[in-house]
Amino acid sequence: MHIVDGALSSEVVIAGAVLSACGLVMGLRKLEMELIPAAGVLSATFFVASLIHVPLGFSSVHLILNGLAGIILGWAAFPALFVGLLLQAVFFAFGGISVLGVNTFNIAAPAVLVGLMVHPLIVRACGARSAALAGGVAGAMAIALTTLCVALSLALSGYNFVAQAKLVFLAHIPVMIIEGLLSAAAIYLIFKVKPELLHVMSQTSRERNVK
Amino acid sequence: MSDLLEEAGRARTLTSDAEQAETVLFSRRMWIRELDPRVRIITVLVFSICVVQLDQLPLLVASLCASLFLLLQAQLPFLPTIKRVMTVDSFIILLLVMLPFTTSGTELFSLFGWPASYEGLLQAVVILLRANAIVMATLPLIATIDAVTFGHALASLRVPERLVHLLLFTVRYIEVLHTEYKRLRTAMKCRAFAPSNSLHTYKSVGYLVGMLLIRSFERSERILMAMKCRGFNGQFHLLKEFSLTRKDCAFALLSFLFILSLMALEVMHVGAA
Repeated sequence: MHIVDGALSSEVVIAGAVLSACGLVMGLRKLEMELIPAAGVLSATFFVASLIHVPLGFSSVHLILNGLAGIILGWAAFPALFVGLLLQAVFFAFGGISVLGVNTFNIAAPAVLVGLMVHPLIVRACGARSAALAGGVAGAMAIALTTLCVALSLALSGYNFVAQAKLVFLAHIPVMIIEGLLSAAAIYLIFKVKPELLHVMSQTSRERNVK
Repeated sequence: MSDLLEEAGRARTLTSDAEQAETVLFSRRMWIRELDPRVRIITVLVFSICVVQLDQLPLLVASLCASLFLLLQAQLPFLPTIKRVMTVDSFIILLLVMLPFTTSGTELFSLFGWPASYEGLLQAVVILLRANAIVMATLPLIATIDAVTFGHALASLRVPERLVHLLLFTVRYIEVLHTEYKRLRTAMKCRAFAPSNSLHTYKSVGYLVGMLLIRSFERSERILMAMKCRGFNGQFHLLKEFSLTRKDCAFALLSFLFILSLMALEVMHVGAA
């Protein structure tokens, strides 16, 4: 999913940086100091999860789980995923520094969008199965949207859109299915074992202390 | 600190006394690691923004050479570095292979009836050079910074405090959670779990992720309580202070001049053409 340095036109890079900056401001505004430990630890979890490789056909894919991040962190997924990408760009040299904005937007914007849409459904779900279903749809949809964003950023940089979009999309259909299944299983477990986790970002400090 | 990030780049940072002695011994050759982190971050940022603007092959090769020079100066361990650069290349290989075929232009050769264009090939080479130049500058200049120092440097560059705190927390817990992940993985192995292309695998790994999230959430609650007991009021005191030395200024000036001349040559060429 990473786009590397130098592949995009300056306009796309600038637009990505500006949009990501807006998302970061929004996300950080929701992130009170009290929530930072939780957000930081969860962001580290998503970083670790992105190192997990799942078998797929003859090779394996690594997880992105941006849908799950969106459901759990809400707007805070933006800074959390940004931090992960920044660390990857800086220490692993995945992606690149000049395209960090675009990459962040491509992964975090679908996460936040899907999270905001699906979170109420999951919270109000009457059983773990329906919650898992919603989580699975969210997981698959987030990847689909990310793929679309990647194809769009390539297209706006002047590459042959239809060819690129088809290629990127087709290559990621199995990934979507896997991410959907994984997210569904994870949400199922969380719903059964620790439903508070789904409210982690809506808690204010006072509620936390009362609890 | 985190082994994971350590593996990633700062392979030979100061960890033991022996190494410290060695670093002092070779300090003249390790000048890159003694530069102010802020200078290094800004330099790489400006460098990468400028390099992606370049289109002329000679200029791209020049910037690649400059990066290569830095890479050699930093004396990073050879194999892991090559591996890292290769990872980046593997990311673009698909794009590179596709480009000659999807871009229209003068036909260069054809493969299975698909024409490959000269323009597409040129564009692919340009992207390859840009990406490699930037990676080779990032590895010696930024990947050698300690992750915590990196956070502090960002803070002194006026990156929002909350973002820096988030980064520091993430860095602190990546290794802890990676260990936790490995523990869960071992537990699964003990129960004869072998990953395959099956629904069972996806479900189990999904539970693994869910469990990891739950445990880290519980951990974060304990962390917050422990921090409150120690008087945490939402304010980290970032103790590291950086100071610019003459070396830093010289490095900043030189790289600034280099980047400026690259840009000037590019603009001149575009103007001439």
